[in-house]
Amino acid sequence: MNIHAIIAIYRFEMARTRRTLLQSIVSPVLSTSLYFVVFGSAIGPHMNEIAGVSYGAFLVPGLIMLGLLTQSISNASFGIYFPRFVGTIYELLSAPVSAMETVIAYVGAAATKSTMLAVITLATAALFVDLRIDHPFWMVTFLLLTAITFSLLGFIIGIWADNFEKLQLVPLLIVTPLTFLGGSFYSIDMLPPFWRTVTLFNPVVYLVSGFRWSFYGHSDVAIGISLAMTVVFMLICLAIVAWIFKTGYRLKR
Amino acid sequence: MTVPPMIAIEGLSKTYPSGFTALNNVSLTIERGEIFALLGPNGAGKTTLISIVCGLARASAGRVTIAGHDIVSDYRAARSLVGLVPQELTTDAFETVFATTSFSRGLFGKPPNPAHIEKVLRDLSLWDKKDSRIMTLSGGMKRRVLIAKALSHEPEVLFLDEPTAGVDVELRHDMWRVVRTLADSGVTVILTTHYLEEAEEMADRIGVINRGELILVQEKSALMKRFGSKLLTIELGAPLAAVPKSLAAYGLALAADGSELVYTYEAEAAGNAIATLLGDVAAAGLTLKDLRTEESSLEDIFVSLVRGSP
Repeated sequence: MNIHAIIAIYRFEMARTRRTLLQSIVSPVLSTSLYFVVFGSAIGPHMNEIAGVSYGAFLVPGLIMLGLLTQSISNASFGIYFPRFVGTIYELLSAPVSAMETVIAYVGAAATKSTMLAVITLATAALFVDLRIDHPFWMVTFLLLTAITFSLLGFIIGIWADNFEKLQLVPLLIVTPLTFLGGSFYSIDMLPPFWRTVTLFNPVVYLVSGFRWSFYGHSDVAIGISLAMTVVFMLICLAIVAWIFKTGYRLKR
Repeated sequence: MTVPPMIAIEGLSKTYPSGFTALNNVSLTIERGEIFALLGPNGAGKTTLISIVCGLARASAGRVTIAGHDIVSDYRAARSLVGLVPQELTTDAFETVFATTSFSRGLFGKPPNPAHIEKVLRDLSLWDKKDSRIMTLSGGMKRRVLIAKALSHEPEVLFLDEPTAGVDVELRHDMWRVVRTLADSGVTVILTTHYLEEAEEMADRIGVINRGELILVQEKSALMKRFGSKLLTIELGAPLAAVPKSLAAYGLALAADGSELVYTYEAEAAGNAIATLLGDVAAAGLTLKDLRTEESSLEDIFVSLVRGSP
């Protein structure tokens, strides 16, 4: 295995984060604070507790998941799209680097960045509400699985996109709506039966539900199903990435 | 045991989905330590050939080995020997020179070696720019950075795709010096170029590619000898109105208002024709003031080859 290549790509990607450190930290802190001001302080007091948890505290896992999904996708998609856009991808393609090493490096860096932002969001949230984490092991497991899975999705988008508009298309038009409608801000038990059934086709429901369970022991769907769905989604993404490298799709002429 | 050639290309073809054939059954062997120049007009297939050998494009047919390693089945061993300087100035604008060169070394599986990176940057006169962001460098400097990146992992074979395109004369000569030093140290160099002067100056062997077919591969000196015609200009003591009839068999031309006779001959087939000509000129009562000869350039040879190819 070309460990030096993995380290080189990982460091290269993390260096980009360091160059934009202020933006990387300030942005999630500011947006989390705004959510808590609007939903926690302004609307929260008028909401009932959900499964014995205040609405403000109930929001935290959903907010973290929202940031985790969007950041994982944008970091990974930009990481692989930019070298394609400027042409520096030639170096990666001509290097003795396997598909698996490439994915480990790019997806690993993107997942690291989004996990760091999730931790910052969690720390910011702790300033506004009383938090408890009933299952810390599973909290970390869901966090990492989700970060890796959506970084894989971002990697796929970064290879599929042939312009900056397409790079934003999937995150804006698909992922953000699915996240907002995936129980980030409410329990799907609050929906009428028909819409609850429709919502179960949304993969984000399983991620948010599992993640929230690790905090408060309450979930919209069974924890085993949440975990299985997350793993299945990750395997699908891995299969697509393997196909991309096998065929050279959008990478090789 | 026989040492395999540095590059062995057998029956390489590339046809794009559109049906366009960029390479058609190209076979070529390049030995270790050679400087090989690949010449051809735009769209001839030079970059496609390099792209396939370096892993940027897939071949439709054929096989390539680098030092005996198949570029597909044994790509790790093959690619780790190769450094590539692309035609386009594609750089990481926000990175520093040192960081991007070190990155390339890691990418090719080599552990960090700041001393080697320093040597490469010094050799390319980039050391005082090591902490500069690439976006602040001139085009020529960026080209040097691309060469530094390609040399960062100590490759045994270096591909230079139009290395001096858009580079000023001084820098071009600097790069030629660097390439010669590399070749002297045993690195095999394959370069494509539009500057025929570059191939004439540097290459040991020259390949001419046109419309995806390798139409000729030959030692540069043999090529010049084979295709080179020479001109002998005889400056006369007094101008002539016409070439004397006794010299008609030589096909001489008058130049410089009749004060010069120009004789065109094939370098290889000349034999003692010049001595005979000079004797006949003297016998015709003409006074010789001076003599000079000129060889046809590689450019003349290249143009005649490409025009003559199918």
